[in-house]
Amino acid sequence: MRKPLTIRILSALDKKSWLALGVFLALALVVVPVLHLNFPEDSAFHVSTYAITLIGKIMCYALVAVAMDLIWGYGGILSLGHGLFFALGGYAFGMYLMRQIGRDGSYGADLPDFMVFLDWKELPWFWLGSDSFGWVAFLVMAVPALVAFVFGYFAFRSRIKGVYFSIITQALTYAAMLLFFRNETGFGGNNGFTDFKRVLGYTITSSETRLVLFGLTAIALAATLVFAAWLVKSKFGRVLTAIRDAESRVMFIGYNPLWYKLTIWVISAVLCGIAGALYVPQVGIINPSEMSPGNSIEIAIWVAVGGRGTLIGPIIGAFVVNLAKSWFTVSIPEYWLFFLGLLFIVVTLMLPQGLVGLWKKLMEKYESRKGAAA
Amino acid sequence: MNTLETWQDDRPEGSDGVDQMGHLVTGELDLSHGVALYLEDITVSFDGFKALNNLNLEINAGELRCIIGPNGAGKTTMMDVITGKTRPDSGKAFFGQSIDLTRLTEPEIAHIGIGRKFQKPTIFEQHTVFENLELAMKTDKRVWKSLMAWLAGDERDRIAETLRLIRLDKEADRQAGLLSHGQKQWLEIGMLLMQEPKLLLLDEPVAGMTDDETMRTAELFVSLAGKHSLVVVEHDMAFVEKLGGLVTVLHEGSVLAEGDLATVQNDQRVIEVYLGR
Repeated sequence: MRKPLTIRILSALDKKSWLALGVFLALALVVVPVLHLNFPEDSAFHVSTYAITLIGKIMCYALVAVAMDLIWGYGGILSLGHGLFFALGGYAFGMYLMRQIGRDGSYGADLPDFMVFLDWKELPWFWLGSDSFGWVAFLVMAVPALVAFVFGYFAFRSRIKGVYFSIITQALTYAAMLLFFRNETGFGGNNGFTDFKRVLGYTITSSETRLVLFGLTAIALAATLVFAAWLVKSKFGRVLTAIRDAESRVMFIGYNPLWYKLTIWVISAVLCGIAGALYVPQVGIINPSEMSPGNSIEIAIWVAVGGRGTLIGPIIGAFVVNLAKSWFTVSIPEYWLFFLGLLFIVVTLMLPQGLVGLWKKLMEKYESRKGAAA
Repeated sequence: MNTLETWQDDRPEGSDGVDQMGHLVTGELDLSHGVALYLEDITVSFDGFKALNNLNLEINAGELRCIIGPNGAGKTTMMDVITGKTRPDSGKAFFGQSIDLTRLTEPEIAHIGIGRKFQKPTIFEQHTVFENLELAMKTDKRVWKSLMAWLAGDERDRIAETLRLIRLDKEADRQAGLLSHGQKQWLEIGMLLMQEPKLLLLDEPVAGMTDDETMRTAELFVSLAGKHSLVVVEHDMAFVEKLGGLVTVLHEGSVLAEGDLATVQNDQRVIEVYLGR
């Protein structure tokens, strides 16, 4: 009568999607490393370090976009503070990376450089255990989860919705940014964490380490996609979209929306935390600007551009917008924000379903024309 | 007391009066005195305006009661009080003998067996008809159970049965938003039935239905009485007549008259405030 969980997870995606996922993982785990390591830099087949870092970074963003889609596209709750959870995960893992520097910092001290600079004699209490990978991996998920739970509990219990909720999340990430800017907070002030040397003892800038981080990010993205697909196809997912469409009806048939919203909200925050932890070692820096309100708004734009309420949409959106961003900021940096604004307007006015919606429409037209011709 | 027997059905002890977290709220649903719903001196005011003014109402187990009254008489506010959406300023609201409705939240009240149909059909438009009924079905509605839920055979049978009852079995896989207005009304009634409520509150259930649909709805409600208690708010007098049973007239937040339809229609005060207009 009850199907085992493994079968349910397998049935979360159709055959085509599993195949696409397999191809994606094969590319990320086999093809890219082979091309990077085996071809000289001037070869046309060589995949550069720059490209690996860029794609790795965008995969982290894509993971955040999927997390955002769960809460916004399926739950109908627009968060404009998801950058906070991403940054918290990044900072948590950054603490470990700072401790891995050991005595190789500029001051040659046991403490991270910024603490020496502040004339601190010992680690603050919340840095305890930060040299342990296991503990930090736990923090990467636990800290965003805790912040999301406490904030979400009070917000959802007070039935704060719509634009009010969005504004409060903006304020939340902004307040956190100001807090992290302070040197006394103990996270490196406005410089944040940087100059990492090692991760798990391996040199962080070596090709091999980069490829492993790249591969792990690809696996995390794929796993998140499968998990999210299972989630939205479960009864939980149907209740969630029901809350989005008619919350009062959901309450009057006996569901308490508070726990449903809180669950997806915390899951979304944890996914962002994981993305942040994968992002920091690849990019080599984390600072409070990750918590700036603009960053969180950009996350919403990725999802809107790709198509919310579809799981592949946010991934496409994250790639399209960020590839455009890296091209613009190299070629014509002064036009990037204009382009972003224009993109947002065009998508909102003309593509409410995003690029995925556009694709579906085109396919329908093509099918009907084919049908008419036959 | 045939009606009482059908009320004490085969559900295990302890399945009533349990809140979302699994705590016992206020004890079991106790219908031993034959009263399903008991409102005493309920007053609700909004900025000085008394939407309900010392309202008293008693609904018996298995009864079908119609509530009529002009606009602003307090019919919808009364339903809000019963379902926990609005807290009364004063007065008592009991479900059965022992469950104090003024202390429970909306989901808790739904859980102990009160189902509500809104004036405007409120269904999940993006879900299929089948999924609408699935979500409404009486079951453990906590998050973890929903994550792990998988429809069992007997659950599918129950959904199929309700689909036939509300005549939507051919539309099961259709998106609910695409149904006609009357069909949406029926779907919402079906969702209420899937909850297996003891008490159904129905706010203008036949608004927008064809005459034929209206009459079929009346037949359905009459067949439900006995097993369920029904409180129907309606303006359509032909429908009220078809339902039979007692009629309560609300006016300015309190009960103006009570009796069968003919008696009420001949009541001089009722004619003045309502029917005479």
